Amino acid sequence: MNPQQRLSLIRAGLSARHARERRFRAYGMAAIVAALGFVALLFVIILGRGLPAFTQATLTLDVHFDPAIVDVAEKPVLLPDQSQADHRRALSDWQRQVTMVNWNRVVEQAVRRAAPDTGADARQILSIVETNARFQLRDMFVADPGLLGRTVPVRLLASANADNWLKGNIDRALPDAQQQLSAPARALADQLRQQGDIGFSFAWHIFTNVDSRSAPASAGLAGAFVGSLYMMLVVICLAVPVGVMSAVYLEEFAPKNRLTDLIEVNINNLAAVPSIVFGLLGAAVFINWFRLPLSAPLVGGLVLTLMTLPTIIIATRSALRAVPPSLRQAALGLGASKTQTVFHHVLPVTYPGILTATIIGVAQALGETAPLLLIGMNAFVAQVPGTPLDQSTALPVQIYLWQGNENRNFFEARTSAAIIVLIGLMLTLNAIAILLRSRLEKRA
Amino acid sequence: MNTAIVAALLLVLLGFAYRTGWSRSRALAPAHATGVRLHSRPAYHGALTAIWALVPALLVLALWAVLGDSASRAWIVAQLPPEVAGLGAAELDAAVRRIRQIESGFGVVGETAPWENRAAQALREFRALAFALAIAAAAGTGALAIWFSRRRISERLRARNEVERIISWLMIVCSVVAIATTAGIVASLLAEAIRFFTFVSPVDFFFGTVWNPGFSTTGTAGGEYGLLPLLWGTLMVASIAMFVALPIGLMTAIYLSQYARPKMRNTVKPVIEVLAGIPTIVYGFFALVTVGPFLAGVGQSLGLDIRATSALTAGVVMGIMIIPFISSLSDDIIRQVPRAMRDGSLGLGATQSETIKRVILPAALPGIVGAFLLAVSRAIGETMIVVLAAGNSPFLRLNPGEPVSTVTVTIVNQLTGDTDFAGPQSLVAFALGLTLFAMTLVLNVAALYIVRRYREQYE
Repeated sequence: MNPQQRLSLIRAGLSARHARERRFRAYGMAAIVAALGFVALLFVIILGRGLPAFTQATLTLDVHFDPAIVDVAEKPVLLPDQSQADHRRALSDWQRQVTMVNWNRVVEQAVRRAAPDTGADARQILSIVETNARFQLRDMFVADPGLLGRTVPVRLLASANADNWLKGNIDRALPDAQQQLSAPARALADQLRQQGDIGFSFAWHIFTNVDSRSAPASAGLAGAFVGSLYMMLVVICLAVPVGVMSAVYLEEFAPKNRLTDLIEVNINNLAAVPSIVFGLLGAAVFINWFRLPLSAPLVGGLVLTLMTLPTIIIATRSALRAVPPSLRQAALGLGASKTQTVFHHVLPVTYPGILTATIIGVAQALGETAPLLLIGMNAFVAQVPGTPLDQSTALPVQIYLWQGNENRNFFEARTSAAIIVLIGLMLTLNAIAILLRSRLEKRA
Repeated sequence: MNTAIVAALLLVLLGFAYRTGWSRSRALAPAHATGVRLHSRPAYHGALTAIWALVPALLVLALWAVLGDSASRAWIVAQLPPEVAGLGAAELDAAVRRIRQIESGFGVVGETAPWENRAAQALREFRALAFALAIAAAAGTGALAIWFSRRRISERLRARNEVERIISWLMIVCSVVAIATTAGIVASLLAEAIRFFTFVSPVDFFFGTVWNPGFSTTGTAGGEYGLLPLLWGTLMVASIAMFVALPIGLMTAIYLSQYARPKMRNTVKPVIEVLAGIPTIVYGFFALVTVGPFLAGVGQSLGLDIRATSALTAGVVMGIMIIPFISSLSDDIIRQVPRAMRDGSLGLGATQSETIKRVILPAALPGIVGAFLLAVSRAIGETMIVVLAAGNSPFLRLNPGEPVSTVTVTIVNQLTGDTDFAGPQSLVAFALGLTLFAMTLVLNVAALYIVRRYREQYE
């Protein structure tokens, strides 16, 4: 084959080869578009479903504390010749009286005042107001007994079903049997909405309330948030010192022998162990052997610490490896001991790396659900945990609990709202990590 | 309250000890004195004194934490009238619990007997006294230790070396935590799994084809514990996930490392890595409310029967989750292929895609296989997506459109909220965990070995 022939052969194949090249590039582009599309789709769907849950139907009613219904004696005051104990007893008797008051009737009257011509009966009226409205009024009255006989505007949450109806989360064309509210209650809700007695306001209680089963519309994330906070504190207090010390030892001090080799393989493997296995470890060791309390953020924190440790060790080691040897040689040459060299000169250079690794590890731990289910953190807890040893849930577990709620069309939005809060927290953490790293690196 | 007092005591002790050591050494050798030279700087003397003060105080407090409970119990029993103290162990326990509750102020059910109130009062006094004693003992031993350490300080004392030795021991202890974790995992899984195998024979477990554990409330060991349906479900979901993730992840990595301009690379890469940071529960919810109904709708329009919660739903969403994992690992690996190989191929007239397919990918293959294995191990161990989206139906089925159950789902179902590991119904979770751990261990070790060999090849 002479060169001329060879050239023409190559030229003949060229267009096909170029076509293949273009096709290959198109595949690559398509893959990237698909990956980016998934990110976009995920965010659009979560935001689209979750954002409406941040506003909630709220009734603003003129509540009359009718003396005929709120039929209680005056709030006892401490008399000059009365002992503290007697006063306290009188006060608790009075509070019992207040609790016995039919507050639902007060709520009902307030609604009737706003919509005098409604055909709904008491039960139907109360079905559009959140069930804890009566406790809200009671607490108002206990705090200020002077309200008796007065009429004051009060903001009450609408019930979850009323919220669904007004937001259109439930198909309005469905027959009565499939609706969550009865026909008179639906008409009443629409009427109040038109009159402006029901408005949509920002649902602060998502952040300030704890979870609730009896009053789902007022369920919030406060308990789960504090539970997660305790766990993250445990993780930071334990995983960072232990992880950094361990990384410093392995990278700077440890002799290269079979034991340290084993530790190395072990750490790399530990980083890839499924998280649920750590949950099994926690259930067997912390709860069953050490008898630590179930559902406690301390135990959750310990499990997550063990899970985060490899991440921090690996990242710190690679940060230490990146420190130029000249720094160590200079310090050693000036007479610093090995420990002084490492802790005074090498380690400070790696702070940005350690910080980033810590925040990434904490963000990862914050989103972890599976191991927490196994140590009982999916219990229903209706209070903010006071200490890390109290029962508690965590943000991701709360998401898991809410997505399983029977009131689907209300809790789907609520779950998405919780997801937005969780992802918001994680993105904030990551942004802080990036920001701090760039600032610290500039200074170094 | 008590914790705050203890913490304050320890802090004061620490500060005082450091200060003592520091000033004592400083007094031995004033900054401008000639002739006397300390071996270690005052800060090391301070640190050494502080450490020696803290250790005995902590030991005393630990002793109190361990023994305090049984001591207070003994005290209660001593306070009880003889007719109560002579009761059986169970009634005595109940009485002690009641008295503790009265003492704590939370109140108990029913009226309290006078002897109970007396015992509770005595317990309250005992508690206060014991706490004061423990604090005093801790402070006393701390002070004693400070006094001894202070006497030891001389210009020849090698305080720095001692402090450094302590630090290095501390570091070794920290490094052992990682090993202890693995040991703990293996030990706890093995111990509980062996207990499980006293109920169910390993042969029935590993080769059984029916999963029907029954309920622990029935109290019997009845039920069948066949692993195969769960294993099948796990593998099916994981293979669907890899089927989605491998092409997209690999092509993304290739495009970003070979074609994309730096600007595009620097924007696209972090955005895709956002996918890796999203909690898996969010993916599970996404699968449940969006992907599942979508796939079911597509199936319906094609005349296929696809359920909303199925192996397909879980697999597809898990694949999306794994994309960034594969793409960033492969990206690293592709970039490690020596530039000379790529330039050589391009210089001989190959197009870029030919270079990638015939030179770069074959060279990077071991590394990519390693990344693939790591991703498979991740898919097998993933829990929340399958809990929410796979449908939990442990049967051997070929059709990916049907619901399945996996090993991880079953662990969650069998163990959630159950702490009394008495019956096989909850213990089986540990046997399943052991299986899962063994599978991922093999995959991880193989992958790490391959990746490491690959790195060495090109370093």
